[in-house]
Amino acid sequence: MTNNPGPSGPMASRSGSTTPGDPGLSTSLLSLRGISKNFGAVQAVENINLDIPAGQVTALLGDNGAGKSVLIKTISGIWAPSGGQIFWRGEEVHVHTPRDAEHLGIATVYQDLALCDNLDIVQNMFLGHEETKAGLLDEISMELTTKRTLADLSVSTVKSVRQLVGSLSGGQRQAIAVARAVMRDSQLVIMDEPTAALGVSQTAQVLNLIKTLAARGIAVIVISHNLNDVFQVADRAAVMYLGSLVSEGPIANYDTSSAVELITTGESSRVPSIRVASATN
Amino acid sequence: MSLSPEDSLEHQLSDAHPGALSQIRKLWRGDSGMVPIVLGLVILVIYFQVRNSVFLSSGNVTNLFVQATVFILLGMAEIWLLLLGDIDLSVGYVMGVGSAISVILVDHQFHWPWYAAFALTLFVTTAIATLQGLIVIVFRLPSFIVTLAGLLFWEGMLINLVDHQGTGGSISNENKILYNLVNGNFTTVFTWIFVIAVVLFMAQTMVRADRRRRASGLVTRPFGVMVFKVAALAAAGIALALLFNANRGTFIVLKGMPYAIPIDFAVLAAGSLILTKTKAGRYIYAIGGNSEAARRSGINVNRYRLLAFALTGLTTGIASLLYASRLGGISDNIDSSLVLYAVASAVIGGTSLFGGRGRMIHAVIGGIVIATIYNGMALISIGPATQYMAIALVLLAAVTIDSLARRGSTSS
Repeated sequence: MTNNPGPSGPMASRSGSTTPGDPGLSTSLLSLRGISKNFGAVQAVENINLDIPAGQVTALLGDNGAGKSVLIKTISGIWAPSGGQIFWRGEEVHVHTPRDAEHLGIATVYQDLALCDNLDIVQNMFLGHEETKAGLLDEISMELTTKRTLADLSVSTVKSVRQLVGSLSGGQRQAIAVARAVMRDSQLVIMDEPTAALGVSQTAQVLNLIKTLAARGIAVIVISHNLNDVFQVADRAAVMYLGSLVSEGPIANYDTSSAVELITTGESSRVPSIRVASATN
Repeated sequence: MSLSPEDSLEHQLSDAHPGALSQIRKLWRGDSGMVPIVLGLVILVIYFQVRNSVFLSSGNVTNLFVQATVFILLGMAEIWLLLLGDIDLSVGYVMGVGSAISVILVDHQFHWPWYAAFALTLFVTTAIATLQGLIVIVFRLPSFIVTLAGLLFWEGMLINLVDHQGTGGSISNENKILYNLVNGNFTTVFTWIFVIAVVLFMAQTMVRADRRRRASGLVTRPFGVMVFKVAALAAAGIALALLFNANRGTFIVLKGMPYAIPIDFAVLAAGSLILTKTKAGRYIYAIGGNSEAARRSGINVNRYRLLAFALTGLTTGIASLLYASRLGGISDNIDSSLVLYAVASAVIGGTSLFGGRGRMIHAVIGGIVIATIYNGMALISIGPATQYMAIALVLLAAVTIDSLARRGSTSS
């Protein structure tokens, strides 16, 4: 699935974008070039050019229906893009299934976290990827790995890794879901609304965890409606409006009011817009 | 949350040794969940023994275990599906069909060797349950309805099979080996060997697991807890061996552990091994807990659901052999509430009806509780009417405790 040199779909839709070999490709972990996705006649996402650098947190902003989820699902292999190219470490890849994404090292933590409340932390961390010894589960090895992963991520609030996940707080559950992604050597962790259901202190825990991930060289994409959180953790921001990427750059270029302006109108007088030629097509 | 290394997990875990009180609370609230029902059982036993001193006699205890066998095995059959949040209402009559097949094959006209007859019986019950599972999975139907249809269908099939033999509504078993499954006994020496071997094996497994955890630097249970467990196990083993080995015959000498007990034990051990030590078992719990999460983790959910149905059928098949042995044959009019006792044994022991929580040992405890109520009430001359109502109350108490434990485990 990786590095297929074959045809990459309709190239005609690409316009005004960078080409392989440009500086963005060599420095970023994931590069999207002219990605679009339509469902029948409905254009959900149009001509997205975006670079996701390793070791940085990219906040993906946009109102409901702006196309954030569609873009995320395209990256994580749930839907194949209708057009455009995806580059992973500078090489073109084709991500057709969630397994493809997992093999590349892309992990998505959805809002519902997909944890089993009746299993303990170790069992959840290894679900579907259990280690065995002579055909039987190797609990000790799995428990040690779990402890190490959580310690690496400075997840210090759980009492025991043999606690049932159902007894954890929302922030701890989020941490377990993220730790599971990290444990499988993910290079890119995509988090969908990680703080939406959390209280103040738990939000702080999760934001710290996100910073820890980035500090370990992992690329993080965070979808969030909470601009406070975004300005606390993000290194970069990318704003979508009606299916197009309207602005992208270091977080320092934005403040709350310009971000809100971009999210709600797609334009801001104070931030250079990247309305590309294709938008007029 | 601070990121300082002093707060690391390692540090937290090292002094997370649970105190005795929290340990007790945890047991009560229900990870293992069996403390309330075991206490209840002890109270029942004391009550019956006070009312009638025959209750704890060798003959009666042996009889009680034999009575419990079918409840225990059917309960274990049911647990495979209860763990998924599914149910099999047909196990009672599938067991009846299995019993009929085994009796007919070994005895009535075919004179098959016992092993071939037993194997075909297990095959047929497994195939029946698998077929019902396929219908549930392929057509996405509730297992409750499919197996309710199964209950009626296999009752009809049982009547058909039995009446076809032309022996008037029942077939009797003359085969020695089938008869002996429940009625035969180990010699007294072999009873001791079996009990000691089981106790030693379990103690050694516990100690070894503990030592390996310790060697890997993981948290272990306090040493005293393990010593207590091993001592309790040994005491129970010795008490049972003494009871089984006392002479319980009136005219002839009758001693030794009935074969039914090692059979129950073997099914318990195999079932527990699959559930706790294999991927298949882990996936059954995961699917019962959150099937969508299991699916997204790459688990082939339907394959493991089908496996659980098959295991229900296989366990039902073992029950059918012991049932035929106990009845001395099979009749076309078997107890229609057997399936309800199967579910009741599992639930009384602590298995949840909502999926994801339960263990094989629950069916053993639950089956013994039901048999104790029957047996004890009969001894103190309480009629079936009150027996039914007593079991109903125990069942109600068990599900109430289960529900409270659920609330406790998710809210804290």
